[in-house]
Amino acid sequence: MTSTSNASSAERADADGDTPVADNLGAVLATGEPPNAPSAWSASVTFAWRAMLKIKHVPEQLFDVTAFPVIMTLMFTYLFGGALAGSPEEYLQYLLPGVLVMSVAMITMYTGVGLNADIQKGVFDRFRTLPIWRPSALVGAVIGDVCRYSLASVVIIVLGLALGYRPGGGVLGVLAGVGLLLVFSFAFSWIWTLLGLLLRSERSVMGVSAMVLFPLSFLSNVFVDPRTMPSWLQGFVDVNPIAHLVAAVRGALSGQWDGSATLWMFVSAGIILAIFGPLTMRRYNRK
Amino acid sequence: MSSAPAIETSGLVKVFGATRAVDGIDLTVPEAAVYGILGPNGAGKTTFVRMLATLLRPDGGHGTVFGRDIVGDAALVRRQVSLTGQYASIDEDLTGTENLVLLGRLLGHGKTAARRRAGELLDAFGLTAAADRQVKHYSGGMRRRIDIAASIISTPRLLFLDEPTTGLDPRSRNQVWDIVRVIVAQGTTVLLTTQYLDEADHLAGRIAVIDHGTVIAEGTPGELKSSVGAGSVRVRLRRAEQRAQAERVLAAELGTEVHFDADPVALTARIAGGESGRGAAEHASRALARLAQDGITVDDFSLGQPSLDEVFLALTDRKENRA
Ligand SMILES: Nc1ncnc2c1ncn2[C@@H]1O[C@H](COP(=O)(O)OP(=O)(O)OP(=O)(O)O)[C@@H](O)[C@H]1O
Ligand SMILES: [Mg+2]
Repeated sequence: MTSTSNASSAERADADGDTPVADNLGAVLATGEPPNAPSAWSASVTFAWRAMLKIKHVPEQLFDVTAFPVIMTLMFTYLFGGALAGSPEEYLQYLLPGVLVMSVAMITMYTGVGLNADIQKGVFDRFRTLPIWRPSALVGAVIGDVCRYSLASVVIIVLGLALGYRPGGGVLGVLAGVGLLLVFSFAFSWIWTLLGLLLRSERSVMGVSAMVLFPLSFLSNVFVDPRTMPSWLQGFVDVNPIAHLVAAVRGALSGQWDGSATLWMFVSAGIILAIFGPLTMRRYNRK
Repeated sequence: MSSAPAIETSGLVKVFGATRAVDGIDLTVPEAAVYGILGPNGAGKTTFVRMLATLLRPDGGHGTVFGRDIVGDAALVRRQVSLTGQYASIDEDLTGTENLVLLGRLLGHGKTAARRRAGELLDAFGLTAAADRQVKHYSGGMRRRIDIAASIISTPRLLFLDEPTTGLDPRSRNQVWDIVRVIVAQGTTVLLTTQYLDEADHLAGRIAVIDHGTVIAEGTPGELKSSVGAGSVRVRLRRAEQRAQAERVLAAELGTEVHFDADPVALTARIAGGESGRGAAEHASRALARLAQDGITVDDFSLGQPSLDEVFLALTDRKENRA
C-alpha cells in the first residue's frame, strides 16, 4: 500500500475507495482542549440544518407539504362550496383558514413518522453520546418541520388568493394567523414525537396519528359553524384544541381578533408541550 | 482523576427480557492502549460497549470511565468518549463533508472551523474525492473510515470501536488497523470489540474474552495463550517415507494428535498443556530426541504458539464442561 501526497494520485486512490494517508494521520489528530459544547439553542439549530440537508437530498419529502394542501383546498372548496355557502368563492372566505389549519395539523403527523425511521439508524447512537443538550436532536427536527409547515401555509394562502380569497386582516393579519398556527404546530408535534418513539414501525405511527387527527379536525369549526351541530357535538368542539386554533387563525386572517380563542389556543399549546415534551424526552433517554 | 483507569466495571449487568446479555462483567482497562473485547456473536460485546458509552442504563453493578460514573455522571463521561458503533453511526443521506461538519458543529466548532476540520479529516482518510457524495453510496471500507473520522473530530480520551472491521476485505482491514495504531500512539485509549482473534492479537495490549455475557479469560495475548496450552511443534524430515514412522513416535511421546502438513516431509503435533508442569520447549526437545534415537533425520523444526482460535475454543469448551 502506498501513501500518496500529491493530489492527482490521491484522487485516483479515492476512486478505488482506498488508501488512507496514514502517514499524515497523526498530524491531523486534534491536540489541545476541544471547544466548549454548543449551547442548547445552537445545537438545536444545527439539527434543524440537518433536517434541511435531508430535504435537499430527498426533495420528494416536500410532496406532503405542497401537493397535499393543494388537493385539500381545491377538494373542499368545490365539494362543499355550492351546498354550504351558495358558491365556492363565498365558502372560501370561511373555509380557507380552516383548511389551512387542517392541512398543517395533518402534516404534523409526519414528524412522528420521520422520527421513527430516523431514530432506528445508528447515527442517533452517536448523537446521544455527544456532550450536548439532549433534547436538541428532537427540538431541531421539530424546528425543521416547522419550516415545512410554513411552506405548506404559503402554498395554501397563495392558492386561496388565486381562487378569490380576500383576508380582511391584510398582510399583518395573514402573518399573525400563520404565526399562531406555527406556534401551535410546534407544540402539537410533540405528541407525534412521543408516538414516533413508542411505536415500532412507521406504519403504526401513521395509523394511530390518523385515528387521532381525523376526529380532531372534522369534528370542529373547520368546515361549518358548530352552532348547526347537535349540542353533544358542540360540547366536543368546545374543548377541541384544533377548534380554538381555527377560531384564532380565522380571526387573525379576517382582521377580527378572537381574544378568547387565541388565549385558549396558547393554553392548550402550552399544556400539550408541557405533557408531551418531557414524556418524549424520557422515552428518548431510555431507548 | 488522572490515576483512575480508563474503564472500571464491577458486576455490570444488562437484561433484555429473558436474555442476560451482560451478566456481571468486572473489568479494568488501563489508559492509553488498545483493549480488546473478544467474543462470538451474541456474547454481549455491543451491549457492554453501549452501557459504557451511556446509551444503555445498566440493570446492575456499576462502571466508571476515567473515574466518572456512567449513570450518575453520564454528561461528564460523554465529554471524554466517542463511539463508532457496530452499525454505521453516520447519516447515510448526507454527504461525507456534511456529516463531519454537522458533528463538528455539535462538538462546538464554529462554522469555518468545522468546515476546515472536515476537509482535513477527509483528506487524511483518503476520502477527498468522495467528500460530496452521499454516504449511502460509499463502499464498506469507506464507510468505516468516515465513521472513525467522525469519532476523532475532537480527539476523545476514550474511543469505542465496535467491530470496526467486520465485513471488510483484508486490505480495508489493514487500513483500519493503521488508523487505530495512530490514534493510540497519540494517547487515546481504544476499547475495541472483535470476533477476530488475530485482530485482537495484532492490536490489543490486553484482551478480555467474553461469552454469554461474562468474562471467561483476561490478560495479555501471550498470557492467554500460555494459560491454554503450550502450542505445537512442526517438524520437517529429510525423507518423506519416514513420515508415517515419525507420526507414531510423536504421537506416543506427546500423547496428542499429529497432523500431516501439505508439504510431504512436514508434520505438526500439538503439545498438551499444563498438567505435567513441563513447558513446550521441554516437551518438544524430548520428542526430537526420540526421533533421533529411532533414526529419523530432522532437517528443521519450529515451535508454534497456539493461535487465539485455539485459545478461544479451549476456553469456551472448558466453560461448557463446567456448566
Ligand atoms: N435491544 C435488545 N433487545 C433484546 N435483546 C437484545 C437487545 N440487544 C441485544 N440483545 C440480546 O443480547 C445478547 C447480546 O447481544 P449483543 O448485541 O451485545 O452481542 P454482540 O456480542 O455484540 O454480538 P455480535 O457479535 O453479533 O454483534 C443477544 O442475545 C441479543 O439477542
Ligand atoms: Mg455487536
